[in-house]
Amino acid sequence: MKDIKAKILFNEEIGLSYFKMELRAPEIAQIAQPGQFVQVRCTNTLDPLLRRPFSVHRVRSLQSIEILYEIVGRGTEILAKRKEGEFIDVLGPLGNGFTIPSEVEGRTPILIAGGIGVAPLVFLAEKLREIRNPKSKIQIIVLLGAKTKESILCEKDFKKIGAEVHIATDDGTRGYNGFVSELFKRILRTTHHASRITIYACGPHPMLREIAEISKEKNLDCQVSVEEKMACGIGTCLGCAVKVIRRGGEEFIYKLACKDGPVFDAEEIIWD
Amino acid sequence: MGLDIRIGKIKLKNPVMVASGTFGYAKEVEGLIDLRKLGAIVTKTITLKKRPGNIMPRICETASGMLNSIGLQNEGIEDFIEEKLPYLSKIGVPLIVSISGETIKEFCELSKILDNEKAVKGIELNISCPNIKVSAFAKASADRRRSQFTVHSLIAQDKSATYEVVRGVRRTTDKTLITKLSPNVTDIVEIAQAACKGGSDAISLVNTFFGMAIDIHTKMPRLGNIIGGLSGPCIKPLALKMVWEVAKAIEKPVIGMGGIMDGDDAIEFMIAGAKAVQIGTANFVEPGICEKIIKGIEEYLKKNKIKDIGKILGNLQSK
Ligand SMILES: Cc1cc2nc3c(=O)[nH]c(=O)nc-3n(C[C@H](O)[C@H](O)[C@H](O)COP(=O)(O)OP(=O)(O)OC[C@H]3O[C@@H](n4cnc5c(N)ncnc54)[C@H](O)[C@@H]3O)c2cc1C
Ligand SMILES: Cc1cc2nc3c(=O)[nH]c(=O)nc-3n(C[C@H](O)[C@H](O)[C@H](O)COP(=O)(O)O)c2cc1C
Repeated sequence: MKDIKAKILFNEEIGLSYFKMELRAPEIAQIAQPGQFVQVRCTNTLDPLLRRPFSVHRVRSLQSIEILYEIVGRGTEILAKRKEGEFIDVLGPLGNGFTIPSEVEGRTPILIAGGIGVAPLVFLAEKLREIRNPKSKIQIIVLLGAKTKESILCEKDFKKIGAEVHIATDDGTRGYNGFVSELFKRILRTTHHASRITIYACGPHPMLREIAEISKEKNLDCQVSVEEKMACGIGTCLGCAVKVIRRGGEEFIYKLACKDGPVFDAEEIIWD
Repeated sequence: MGLDIRIGKIKLKNPVMVASGTFGYAKEVEGLIDLRKLGAIVTKTITLKKRPGNIMPRICETASGMLNSIGLQNEGIEDFIEEKLPYLSKIGVPLIVSISGETIKEFCELSKILDNEKAVKGIELNISCPNIKVSAFAKASADRRRSQFTVHSLIAQDKSATYEVVRGVRRTTDKTLITKLSPNVTDIVEIAQAACKGGSDAISLVNTFFGMAIDIHTKMPRLGNIIGGLSGPCIKPLALKMVWEVAKAIEKPVIGMGGIMDGDDAIEFMIAGAKAVQIGTANFVEPGICEKIIKGIEEYLKKNKIKDIGKILGNLQSK
């Protein structure tokens, strides 16, 4: 974990208020794992004050990292206006990322994204591809959920590494007409290797809950990346609590999204 | 150039401490700051028993500040002594442990335990916790009025409760005792005086201001707990005024805080009468910020050819 002034190498709109920013940050790029995130100070003024968390979207030749973000408020609006060549404070890599099973061969990973939740999954897919035997026939399956066809993100990135991509849109303008969780149910019905599946999901809370329920029903390993409001990102403010099941007795305990997560075993989380 | 100061029995090499609840137990920040540079470390508030903390959301950003309702989440004193103290002891910076309880007895039990720990140099009493006696009374009368609002009453809002707690703890320990005041009062001076009368060696202020925020789309409060504590640059003028008032009225040293973001802010508090400062929310924005603040203070002294930091203490000029 390092707090660095990173040079902005790229910052452009890639579709409907979605932006991609590339930052020169070798210290972070060299050790970042899929599912980890960075805390970005959008501006050095006092308002907005706190940093904003963003997943590491991709790592490029161990020199730079990319983040993929959506404009949703003041911080991201300001971030979108930052120019190439400027420097920006980036703290990372933070948190615990996705766990990649030691024997990946013979397992089918299904990556499920809801909207901007796709951000950490590209890095994950690239990592899975990298450590997999290139001749292996086993597919990486990706399910992308979006509001409408214009807001589908990263389809090309996944296809480039040979993943099998399925799409769901809320308005039916492309792919399955409905939620990506419903598409997930369908895919499971037609996938035969059900016992060897690992689910990796990132997206809005209700979607993650659905995915977790379906996975539990079908007895599948499922990891989810959750979002909570956070101030520090390093476990000092205790703001980003996540209710998890306590093994052995007591009702629940709070873990921290920033330090224990953001990736959790779906079965651990109490979805209320 | 002299940056060193003394608070009670504690010698600090500079007047910059980290504020309770904004720096964890220091280990979290390892590698992001040279911990040995700090004037002192104040831990997250510890209670006798483990506290799970409040429901989510616990944090919400506001204009130049933030609201929090963490709810004193901590693992309790036993865990602190076993798990956190060994690391904190090795840093080589004075350690001040923040404690809180719901009764005088709880405060005293905590201070007795800490009194046995050599590594603990000071105890900060966080009395911004519910005042059980007053709350029970106020709640009963509120129920009678069929009020839909929960009554919040803190020890720090009641001068006699403040006096009792400080006096109780004073009897259990010779370690430096700091009482941390809540700004949510009509007259902060009388509370500070009560704490001094009880035997406090220093007064720290301010804790957070009560506040709230609402999401107009859902009409829901932005904090799970509805109300929370406001901190950050937005509270600085309010905090500064209280520090000034208290510093004028008491003999004991004052530790000022509230929205300090750089060396200049720290100097402002010192001119108002604070002998030392604590840095809170700023640590979230930049974990290494205290080092910069110390440098900023040094630069100010150098530029103004001030040899000893004591010279600016309470040195507010008038026309
Ligand atoms: C671990 C983690 C990884 C994330 N990764 C990405 C990513 O890769 N790309 C991306 O676009 N976004 C990501 N987010 C969400 C991102 O941090 C928020 O969208 C951002 O902080 C909003 O800032 P703002 O000032 O623009 O919006 P604000 O004005 O602060 O808020 C606008 C809206 O965004 C919501 N929001 C604000 N902060 C958060 C937050 N921390 N988490 C969830 N919702 C929030 C608010 O509830 C509100 O509805 C991530 C969040 C976390 C916790
Ligand atoms: C997230 C958060 C947690 C805090 N926890 C504590 C605490 O446990 N005990 C305490 O005495 N003060 C606590 N505080 C208050 C700070 O120590 C400090 O008094 C206050 O935030 C004002 O200073 P600042 O504006 O520099 O943050 C907390 C503040 C924040 C923002």
